[in-house]
Amino acid sequence: MAATVSADTPLRPARAPAARWSRADRRVSPYLYTAPFFVVFALFGLFPMLYTGYVSMTGWRADRPGSESTWVGLDNYRTLLADPFFWNALKNTVGIGVLATVPQLLLALGLAHLLNYRVRGRTFFRLGVLLPNVTSVAAVTLIFVQLFGRDFGLINWLFGLFGVDHIDWQAGTLSSWTAIATIVTWRWTGYNALIYLAAMQSVPFELYEAAAIDGAGRWRQFRSITVPMLRPTILFTVIVSTIGALQLFGEPMLFSQQQDPTTGGSQHQFQTLALYSYNQFWGRFKYGYGAAVSWAMFLLIVVIVAVNLLAARRMKGVDAA
Amino acid sequence: MPTTRPGRRTAFPAAATAVALAAALTVAGCSSSGTPAQDDANAKITLTVNLFSDFGYADLYKQYEQLHPNVTIKENRADMGAHHQNLQAHLLAGSGTADVEAIEIGQVAGFQPQASKFVNFLDNGVGKDQWVPSKTAPASSTDGSVLFGLGTDMGGMALCYRSDLFKAAGLPTDRDQVSALLTDWQAYTAVGKQFLAKSPNKGAKWFDSAGNLFSAIVAQAPTGFYDSSGKPVVTENPAVKQSFDLVAGAVKDGESAGIQAFTPAWDTGFQKSQFATVACPAWMSYEFKANPPTDKGTWDMARIPGGGGNWGGSYLTVPKSGKHTKAAVDLAKWLTAPEQEAWLFKNKGYFPSDQALWSQPDIATHTDPLFNNAPTGKIFSQSAKDLKPQPLGAHGAEIGTALGNALTSIEQGKADAATAWTKALADVANITG
Repeated sequence: MAATVSADTPLRPARAPAARWSRADRRVSPYLYTAPFFVVFALFGLFPMLYTGYVSMTGWRADRPGSESTWVGLDNYRTLLADPFFWNALKNTVGIGVLATVPQLLLALGLAHLLNYRVRGRTFFRLGVLLPNVTSVAAVTLIFVQLFGRDFGLINWLFGLFGVDHIDWQAGTLSSWTAIATIVTWRWTGYNALIYLAAMQSVPFELYEAAAIDGAGRWRQFRSITVPMLRPTILFTVIVSTIGALQLFGEPMLFSQQQDPTTGGSQHQFQTLALYSYNQFWGRFKYGYGAAVSWAMFLLIVVIVAVNLLAARRMKGVDAA
Repeated sequence: MPTTRPGRRTAFPAAATAVALAAALTVAGCSSSGTPAQDDANAKITLTVNLFSDFGYADLYKQYEQLHPNVTIKENRADMGAHHQNLQAHLLAGSGTADVEAIEIGQVAGFQPQASKFVNFLDNGVGKDQWVPSKTAPASSTDGSVLFGLGTDMGGMALCYRSDLFKAAGLPTDRDQVSALLTDWQAYTAVGKQFLAKSPNKGAKWFDSAGNLFSAIVAQAPTGFYDSSGKPVVTENPAVKQSFDLVAGAVKDGESAGIQAFTPAWDTGFQKSQFATVACPAWMSYEFKANPPTDKGTWDMARIPGGGGNWGGSYLTVPKSGKHTKAAVDLAKWLTAPEQEAWLFKNKGYFPSDQALWSQPDIATHTDPLFNNAPTGKIFSQSAKDLKPQPLGAHGAEIGTALGNALTSIEQGKADAATAWTKALADVANITG
């Protein structure tokens, strides 16, 4: 026994620090590697969010000096529930969101299906569909504003060829929603198409081969193989697009021709939630109330995503059964 | 401009960028909180100037840089709304302001509560009597001890009209006769009806936009959206409703081209003869220079219906959070000095707010070839001398926009006058409440 001890003792000081170091390394370094993200998230994501939450419970306004620390509790949220401008903004957001998201995802699915075929210059086309997405929202919107011009716009000119009267795209609710949804669709269809394409390429080729032998046409293959296999991906794009639609800001802001673009048209017909929040916060300098609108928006997104995920779980359950 | 869909980026590049950014910010923060460079008068510095439209300063900067070889001037421009929102945000944050920031007169009352965040020009050798009290009062703290804005131009008003379109419609073209014909706004809208009936050019309307006309008419009232105690009086003040109804009536008669002012469509409107008259504050002559009619039409200038009034005009301010406040004060003083303001009027059309200049012969007799050699100096000087200042309030600009939007909705055929007015009042309540 004494021999073993004496044999062990000189070894310990040499081996232990290395072992301890490597154990610590294995335990700690994953946290260190991921830490930058969480530090940055806490700094630029979590803190602003919590601070906005705090501000939303104050009556802070720029035109009332000394109002920054007046605690009003949930008053701003109560006002919000009775605020017709808020409900109008919510209606517009959902309306534009549906008009933009549904055609966008359907188009993307079709586009991905086409891109999945072996065609000449495939890479060119695949990169091409992403191009609208990498252009700046400001540049895109400014061009679309010209296209949707009332008096000298290209789209009204085209309609004129078919004898349709000039449409004042800015003026109407549905017309302005359509115009804005078009801009969003144009920018994001390619992006979603590439996501679908990536998912399509992981669908085993044998399935298509078998289907072809069974006499299924391209359309039947698309419906019965591609779409079911893509279901998780479709769900992902639905969630991401929904979040994007709820945060819609740049397009309606730049589409507006009013003196104050945050009002979303002459009668708020295309003022989205994000625009309304910005309008209250930086346009009217009602910091407390603007923060409450932002937080309401955040809660809304959380609820909608939760509903989406629940639906997803149910879908999976059905699949398993 | 935030992108529409944040949250899609992958974590790593975002984190890396943000870490780099944070590090950069920290470094920048340290260096800027050290000893400011302004102690050394000959150190090379870059002064930033934030404006919301073209103030016509480019040539003046060159001159200033020659006089001060150590100074380089960099100008940034944003939309008027965005510019003032940014300034408020940066004042709130206590950093990010330019060395010199412009503020428009309709917005200046909103900055009064923050007067202490700007350099006080009264401590820097500026005398208030360079301007009329109506120009300095809105840019002063409530007790008058701080002057935070130096007056640049001002908007004495006139009426710009297309003499060729007038002639074709059988209206007088001589500017004195036009002034005599359009004595007040009732007469103006009545002549508008005549114009529409007789003009062979059916594409040309009487005025550009209801919102623009409304701004001009309200600017003439002794009281606008606020009373002298700073209380909003949109519903109590009959002048507001009367102006609104007058314009709404003209819109109903088809007198408005319905083109939002200061948009690309409006620029096209100038070029393609879509309207025969525009209410013209002095600063607007810039628009005529930028957008001459493509059909060789000629603009002329008559007196504004209803007499004087001020619309627009701006101030230069120096926020205390700027990097080179001392050099910035020198630049702002120089740009608003009488010589430079006189030069700006003669070359760029911006009428000076400096009161001594109004009777200076070369200003008072100035004519502008752009308006068929109209005596712009005489017109705007007279308008400035007749001016009775209107009380301003913190949200005057936004209230004006809300009422203008309501008139736009009538133009767009989306509301009648009564509905539009009710909706506008809801907007006003949202702004002031």
